Amino acid sequence: MPTLTRRAVIVGGAAFAGVALDRAKASEPPVNAVASTSGGNSSVRLVVNGKSHSLMLDGRTTVLDALRELLHLTGSKKGCDQGQCGACTVHIDGERVLSCLTLAVAAQGKRIDTIEGLARPDGTLHPMQQAFIDQDGFQCGYCTPGQIMSAIACVHEGHADSDSDIREYMSGNLCRCAAYPKIVAAIKQARGQMEKV
Amino acid sequence: MRPFAYERAADIGQATRLGALTGQGQIDAVVQFLAGGTSLIDLMKLDVLRPAYLVDLGPVKEGYDRIESGPEGLKLGAFAKMAAVERHPAVRAGYPVIAQSLQLAASAQLRNMATIGGNVLQKTRCPYYRDVSWQACNKRRPGSGCTAINAVNRNHAILGVDESCISQSPSDFGVALVALEATVELSGPDGARRIAFSTLHTPVGGQPHIETTLRSGEIITGFHIPAGPWTQRSLYLKIRDRASYEFALSSVAVALDLEGDHVRQVRIGLGGMAYRPWRSQEAEALLTGRPLTEENADAAARAALQGAKTHGGNGFKPELARRTLVRALLQAKTLTPDGAEA
Repeated sequence: MPTLTRRAVIVGGAAFAGVALDRAKASEPPVNAVASTSGGNSSVRLVVNGKSHSLMLDGRTTVLDALRELLHLTGSKKGCDQGQCGACTVHIDGERVLSCLTLAVAAQGKRIDTIEGLARPDGTLHPMQQAFIDQDGFQCGYCTPGQIMSAIACVHEGHADSDSDIREYMSGNLCRCAAYPKIVAAIKQARGQMEKV
Repeated sequence: MRPFAYERAADIGQATRLGALTGQGQIDAVVQFLAGGTSLIDLMKLDVLRPAYLVDLGPVKEGYDRIESGPEGLKLGAFAKMAAVERHPAVRAGYPVIAQSLQLAASAQLRNMATIGGNVLQKTRCPYYRDVSWQACNKRRPGSGCTAINAVNRNHAILGVDESCISQSPSDFGVALVALEATVELSGPDGARRIAFSTLHTPVGGQPHIETTLRSGEIITGFHIPAGPWTQRSLYLKIRDRASYEFALSSVAVALDLEGDHVRQVRIGLGGMAYRPWRSQEAEALLTGRPLTEENADAAARAALQGAKTHGGNGFKPELARRTLVRALLQAKTLTPDGAEA
């Protein structure tokens, strides 16, 4: 039977349910501890932009924190960290999701694609990236990686046929600079240049 | 977020055994099931939910995410994502109210993540529940009181509430399910069983910390929506503060079977108004066998709201609900029997 500590641990085997009651009676653990890479951690394999990474991480680590803090892929942004703003949008197994609400341990074996993986090795931008530049689809730029990841999925899903469809299916990405009209224009520019999946 | 131990369930049997301490929605449940995570991870970050154990149901989904439509009705695997159900041609054509209730909820990203089983178990958005710095919340801390009742309660419920809790059920999908008399398939440590969806959520009854009739370890594996001549001429009307990506201020699920102008049968659910997914059989009874006129729709809406209790900030809700229901009924009337606009 594995030893349980107050640190986050990944419990193996069938010992799990039997120890639950004991654990419930234990003293209060610290609140809001940050994810760390030492002590009681587990080994997790994440496939990001086609590359496999073996990471030691605290079980509480989200995909967003793993990307930013451990893999130093800081394109995906932490806006609200509550699944409300869309700044952390990445693709997992080809679908747009919120990396701030996805635990890294639960994303093992899945394909994670981020803004950093869009451009070709020679630096040529993805049509959606280029369209955001051409159409001035941002001001401060903080929400832009999430907007672009969401916009690409929006086109792939077939939800970019009309302005109202684009606005509806992009509503999960907030832009506090309110670059919305330019974002719609960028998606309309890129949709014809992207191959439908 | 507090530390937890994580276990990935290999199959449904193992999941129900590992989940023996999941409880009936209490925040202090020792074990929580992780499906889409959109509600759970959020509430763990907010320190509302504090499970010592997370049982990841990710690998369980195989075989429990199917969407099937047949003469008996619609069968939805509980692990189907909201987005998958929303875009399924059979759901859109045969059960528009189901597709619309999902499509009008959350954002595209969240709908890609959230399962429909998790959707009906999502927690209330009451800000006094979600923010643990508020001491009084009977849902979080039984016996501590209700902050919302004397605070900002514009978004709070007016139906099915009592002095212990006026929180609102946030699920749109649940409103459509309760209107269409769905049943819920469950799998638990003692085997499988089926219950009426209308009995999944417990009435407040002074005990808002107990939210469901699920037994510990039980997992929702599917929903069955019976076929009926009303499912095609159906719609979900959602009124909210923003055009998109917002919970309902008021919503209505309507499914209508008409003979000429006369209502043969109707199913009515109300959202944004109630403590739990809410069906109004009072309104249905008043319309059945009568012509669907604005006057009769209005009478039905007034009947639906007879038991409404307001608490200041939500004083506008009975009138908004009345208008929403009348509009939804008249709008449904303009649909052809196959759900298209006439």
